Amino acid sequence: MTNPAPETAPVLPIAGDQPDYLHWTSGVSSWLFTRDHKRIAIMFYVAVISMLGLGGFFALALRTELLTPGRTIMDATTYNRLFTLHGVTMVWLFLIPSIPTVFGNFLVPIQIGARDLAFPRLNLASFYIYLLGALVTIGGMVAGGTDTGWTFYTPYSDQTPTRLVPVLVGIFILGISSILTGLNFIVTIHRLRAPGITWRNLPLFTWSIYATSLILVLATPVLGMALGLIGLDHGLGLGLFDPAVGGDPVLFQHIFWFYSHPAVYIMILPAMGVISEIVPTFSHRRPASYMAIVVSTIAIAFVGFLTWGHHMFVAGISELDAGFFGALSMFVAVFSAIKVFTWVMTLRRGSIRFNTPMLYFFAFLFLFVFGGMTGVAVATQSLDVHWHDTYFVVAHFHFIMVGGSLTGFLAAAYYWFPKMFGRMYDERVGMVGAAAVFVGFFVTFMPQFLLGNMGMPRRYYSYPAHFQWLHVLSTAGAFILGSALLLALGNLLVALVNGKRAIANPWHSRSFEWLTTSPPPKNNFGATPNLSYSPYDYSLTEEQARAQASSR
Amino acid sequence: MNELLRRLLFLPPQASTISSSVDHLHYVVILTTIASAIGLSLLSLYWIVRYRRRESDDIEPPAESAPTTSLWVELGIAGLLFALFFAWWIVGFGQYLRMRVAPANTYDVYVTAKQWMWKFAYPEGAHSIAQLYVPAGRPIRLVMSSRDVIHSFYVPDFRLKQDVLPGRYTTLWFEAPTPGKHEILCAEYCGTNHSTMRAEVVVLSPEDFGRWLAGRGGDPTTAAPPDGDPAVVTSVGPGKPMSLERVGEQVAAQVGCLRCHTLDGTPHIGPTWAGVYGTQVPLADGTHVLADGEYLTESMMDPMVHIRAGFQPVMPSYLGRLQPAETAAIVELIKSLRDVQAPSPGVVPPSQQGLAPPGVTVMPRMQGDVRVGPNGPEVPQP
Repeated sequence: MTNPAPETAPVLPIAGDQPDYLHWTSGVSSWLFTRDHKRIAIMFYVAVISMLGLGGFFALALRTELLTPGRTIMDATTYNRLFTLHGVTMVWLFLIPSIPTVFGNFLVPIQIGARDLAFPRLNLASFYIYLLGALVTIGGMVAGGTDTGWTFYTPYSDQTPTRLVPVLVGIFILGISSILTGLNFIVTIHRLRAPGITWRNLPLFTWSIYATSLILVLATPVLGMALGLIGLDHGLGLGLFDPAVGGDPVLFQHIFWFYSHPAVYIMILPAMGVISEIVPTFSHRRPASYMAIVVSTIAIAFVGFLTWGHHMFVAGISELDAGFFGALSMFVAVFSAIKVFTWVMTLRRGSIRFNTPMLYFFAFLFLFVFGGMTGVAVATQSLDVHWHDTYFVVAHFHFIMVGGSLTGFLAAAYYWFPKMFGRMYDERVGMVGAAAVFVGFFVTFMPQFLLGNMGMPRRYYSYPAHFQWLHVLSTAGAFILGSALLLALGNLLVALVNGKRAIANPWHSRSFEWLTTSPPPKNNFGATPNLSYSPYDYSLTEEQARAQASSR
Repeated sequence: MNELLRRLLFLPPQASTISSSVDHLHYVVILTTIASAIGLSLLSLYWIVRYRRRESDDIEPPAESAPTTSLWVELGIAGLLFALFFAWWIVGFGQYLRMRVAPANTYDVYVTAKQWMWKFAYPEGAHSIAQLYVPAGRPIRLVMSSRDVIHSFYVPDFRLKQDVLPGRYTTLWFEAPTPGKHEILCAEYCGTNHSTMRAEVVVLSPEDFGRWLAGRGGDPTTAAPPDGDPAVVTSVGPGKPMSLERVGEQVAAQVGCLRCHTLDGTPHIGPTWAGVYGTQVPLADGTHVLADGEYLTESMMDPMVHIRAGFQPVMPSYLGRLQPAETAAIVELIKSLRDVQAPSPGVVPPSQQGLAPPGVTVMPRMQGDVRVGPNGPEVPQP
């Protein structure tokens, strides 16, 4: 692997003479009450990584329990609570906020040449509301937890003897944070673009955060409604979803998936945005088709709202509904496939440097295509009848959520590490970490596809003995994956202290965030840059690009 | 070819009339998935190596940037993909319709799901728990409803699944061509013991099924065995007189008490019944209560009133589910266990590894379990 920072003629970043955002003030309160989007992003970073650790710990406990067909380390009630907590933690405390609140927060204003988000105070409020939501949710877990699964299906959730309400309240609060974050991004991207940036040269990562924000703002209120109604059902016996008093349990599934299927795109679109930045940068070439990526991003965000019924093929919906929902789900898959082809075509005739972010891209590519195609498979109605609620579905969505979103998160963490902290990570350890994440992931989840084919239902505390050897394999993979994640994140932690100083643009990217210093100054740029060229125009040299950006 | 792919993909046997056609679509879809993931990865790998940046390369590539892919190429790829997916949709949706729309002249069986068991009732008046008996070579329609929460009736060997809802009926039909036994699993999470909510389909030849029905017909309160091997069931006459505690044991197995409570003192989801009668039992609120007939009856009918210390409040109420005589029989059973000593804690007998609480006559689910006959547990013939 080549050293990413050959010292060529110095190219001066357009940052003026200000101290960087990490050093312009110091002290605890300068962080806790900051309105700087970059510092808020770092605070989110610490928070979501902690949540990833918590959710990962739950996952390892679950996998350990599943080593034997009967009891291994915990009883059935504890197991049922743990898989609920694993789902709730990973979905609402890690995956949904992860890339938007950390990398979106840090990079969207810089990518559009702005000094900050449109509403800096609201941004800080988003962080504290997230923190409050996380504390209430975790508090609810500690104070007994709940055992309904993260899907809260009625009428079981009406009747569960465990304490459901604190967890619902926590997630409701997290939803408020999501909506505020989404609004802030939408307004920022509409109103604060530097001169020259139009919808035709907006960086692709910013496009993906924009589309994600639209979903956050449109879908999250429906989640709030679903949680509120179920809270009333459980707490006060309202009975909306309880057939004993005339309610309809399937109605809940419709409301829940109306949010939760678009939520899948909240989790994956930002990761796609990260990949859309990494591939042109390391290929040193413009994307094979900028328009194809933009159009598919927006299409996924909107068509994603029309597919929720594919979660309900065996729930008792009509055959006609199943037909429509299946077709619309495949329609969404076509747009994802267009992105994949565009990334792959971008490699062709590039000048490709292969660093850790590219290895993550390669892992992402295989896992996302496999996971996405199994998504089309489960949207095929007759096949879904066998697979629904089995480990096949569990493996499928982990391929998208872990293989897609988490891999995208790690790719972003490595790609933008020099930008965020001004230091280089260790390339060899980075490569080993990325390879180990892939291997661990594959060993964990590939057996689960086979378990699903064999007919192993999900959320089973005990299981028939002939499933055992695949479960043992999967558990071994989970521990490999856990160690690999520690290695990958540990490498960055070490680099934070010991890493070599990074130059402003170590990857020689043309994307706008690399115009300024690494780490950026508080105001991002010395003066508002003029960004009237494409962020993927590699026909410009670095000097030409910089000259253009500083021209008035 | 079919058999090879089925084994490679770890699919269970194809035991219903629709399962092999579903599997054929499965092979096409999954092989396409594997091929596209590997193919795209290899193509990228090739290009990453082929177009790697060389030392001789300038930092900046030639000013003339590589051409972009035209929109028509993108649209062409999208169109091809859509055609492929549409073909799957046509086949898959057609199969789905065949699965969902039952033919005429089905034999109907009524299924009741509840936490955590399956009950089956036949038009002739017979009924069974945990074992669904059906004739081979005839379409069977299940008319299903739940007594409490949503369950899902799943038979992997048939490639069929249908949620079972409270307050409404859902149906599922199948036809098994040959006699055999197939596992039934609950696929929708339904509470603490979701994973033990299993049963089996026993497909009999039409003659055997007729004999089984004849043996099962008539008054359902007759003390017929809750289960029996269909080959021997016709030889079982009306039940011999049984002691009350024996009846209690049988009822406890039938209604599911023994899913959570043990008879030999081993800890499980609920408190053991061994050595409890007549003692002062500790409650979650710190007080004690005398375990007499009154307390035990209350625990069955209104279990949330007095929660035993150290146990989760997960027991469902049996109000309306147990006849007074059955309640009395269970109390009598618990009374008979007053002198059974609980084993020292920490010792887990080997039978604990499985699903069944140890030393207990459970409601039979799988082959090899101890079966409860009218005269107590019967060990199946080897």
